[in-house]
Amino acid sequence: MAERTQKQKPTPSRADEEVVEAPATTATGEKLKAELDDLLDEIDGVLETNAEDFVKSYVQKGGQ
Amino acid sequence: MAIPKVCGIETEYGILVRGADNNPVSASSLLINAYLSTRPRHRPNRIGWDFEDERPGNDARGFSLDDSLAPDVETHLVNAVLTNGARYYVDHAHPEVSTPECRDALEVVAFDRAGEEIVRASMVAARQMLPDDADVLCHKNNSDGKGNSYGCHENYLMARDTPFGRIVGQVTAHFVTRQIVVGAGKVGCELPGVPHDEVPYQISQRADFFEEEVGLETTLKRPIVNTRDEPHCDASKYRRLHVIVGDANMSEVATLLKVGATAIVLAMIEDDQLGDDLLLANPVGAIRQVSHDPSLQRTVLLRSGRRATAIEIQWSLLERARKYERSQGLESVGEQVGADVLNRWEAVLTGLEHDVDSVANFVDWVAKRRLVDGFADRHVLRPGDPRLKALDLQYHDMRPDKCLARRVGLATLVSDADVERAMIEPPNSTRAYFRGRCLQKWPDDIVAANWDSLVFDVGRDPLRRVPMMEPLRGTADHVARLIDDSTSAADLLNRLDA
Repeated sequence: MAERTQKQKPTPSRADEEVVEAPATTATGEKLKAELDDLLDEIDGVLETNAEDFVKSYVQKGGQ
Repeated sequence: MAIPKVCGIETEYGILVRGADNNPVSASSLLINAYLSTRPRHRPNRIGWDFEDERPGNDARGFSLDDSLAPDVETHLVNAVLTNGARYYVDHAHPEVSTPECRDALEVVAFDRAGEEIVRASMVAARQMLPDDADVLCHKNNSDGKGNSYGCHENYLMARDTPFGRIVGQVTAHFVTRQIVVGAGKVGCELPGVPHDEVPYQISQRADFFEEEVGLETTLKRPIVNTRDEPHCDASKYRRLHVIVGDANMSEVATLLKVGATAIVLAMIEDDQLGDDLLLANPVGAIRQVSHDPSLQRTVLLRSGRRATAIEIQWSLLERARKYERSQGLESVGEQVGADVLNRWEAVLTGLEHDVDSVANFVDWVAKRRLVDGFADRHVLRPGDPRLKALDLQYHDMRPDKCLARRVGLATLVSDADVERAMIEPPNSTRAYFRGRCLQKWPDDIVAANWDSLVFDVGRDPLRRVPMMEPLRGTADHVARLIDDSTSAADLLNRLDA
């Protein structure tokens, strides 16, 4: 598949960017994880109090 | 050269009343009427939708269904035209916002966001009209998790002389695989008999509901390519491709890519630059399989006998779009917006390939999955736990304090000021400008409006219909001065006659 091959050999500029970005990935990953933890703390307070009833009552008519 | 890809989105919102009569049709009417009552200055509630040119039964394959199979148009329900050129109405049992016609995908993002804020304002206004302990909730999603689906449709202007068979054949690979970029994510599966642990999470809200490759239906046996041939403009020159396969997006970048990438693919098809080698052997099976595989590893069979993953097919489309950009330019989709779409499309595909969670700020299904998986891990929940489905629903909740999509760090493309303006002002770039400005300036003199005409009543007999058969006439460049200078609607009509 010619296009696939082409894609796997990125242009020099993209390759440079990737080299620069590589060490940052772990840090970004940790930051994302910390953010997710904060968010999950928050969501415990935001989620519908009786999730089961809410899900059960959520019935829609079919549309287009 | 491909013609300008004038485009727009129609979104049906989920609606639920708690603590009072939960009839979705009357609740939708209440919602819209409550909103209109907050805007007395524009008086859009007086202006009805004009059904004169509605032909939802016409089929792009060249025949018409004028019998019971033709989709219903419910003319008696609330149906308003807003000063931003949008339509806000009850469709079946849902409130629906149609953006005005836009010139590019970024404009669509602004007007789609404006639609969300209109719905939010409507919820606040409707609550005032309900008993104290009652509430009306709207969700920008596409299914209730119980097998009922409602749509988020896209529309694209295409040249009538592009063979419809070519469109159907060539666009299908994109419609089946683009969900990995623009899917909104769903907890569970709505195909009968599929247990929770078989498909605990899937990429698309809508994929479970597609049963045909091509067809006229939109409410049952939904087709991947819809053939409704109702151009709402000069039918001898144009068609409007009515796309029903997409999810409603909470991510602005996803909306940009959904509309932007599709517009580019359609431009390529119009210019016959896409080719036939990406045709799929079994599109209906493939759209479900792709949706049910968040690992993105499974391959689908092409008609050529080759197998490819959804990412590989998306890369092929992107590479062709890059080549098309170099050879033909992207004027038909807006040069700058088109270039931005290609860069973001590439960035998302790269992210999906190397580290899926890295695109959680852009891709709804990834953002939602992080939330669902993180919550399940923390509380040790099994697939099928109703709290996970509640998270899914609440991702799309239009109440600002409940909406989870607003909390996951999605990137934005338009400012709050842009969105506020788009709630009131039409785009400058299409005939929606003429519609919106006339509605702002002379609401008392307009008795009906639709996509391709305005009907004036200026006291003379008979009523005067102003046709707008060209989507790119009636822009600010063409008519701003005319509308500014006209002292009355009668004066405007005289100047138009002159």
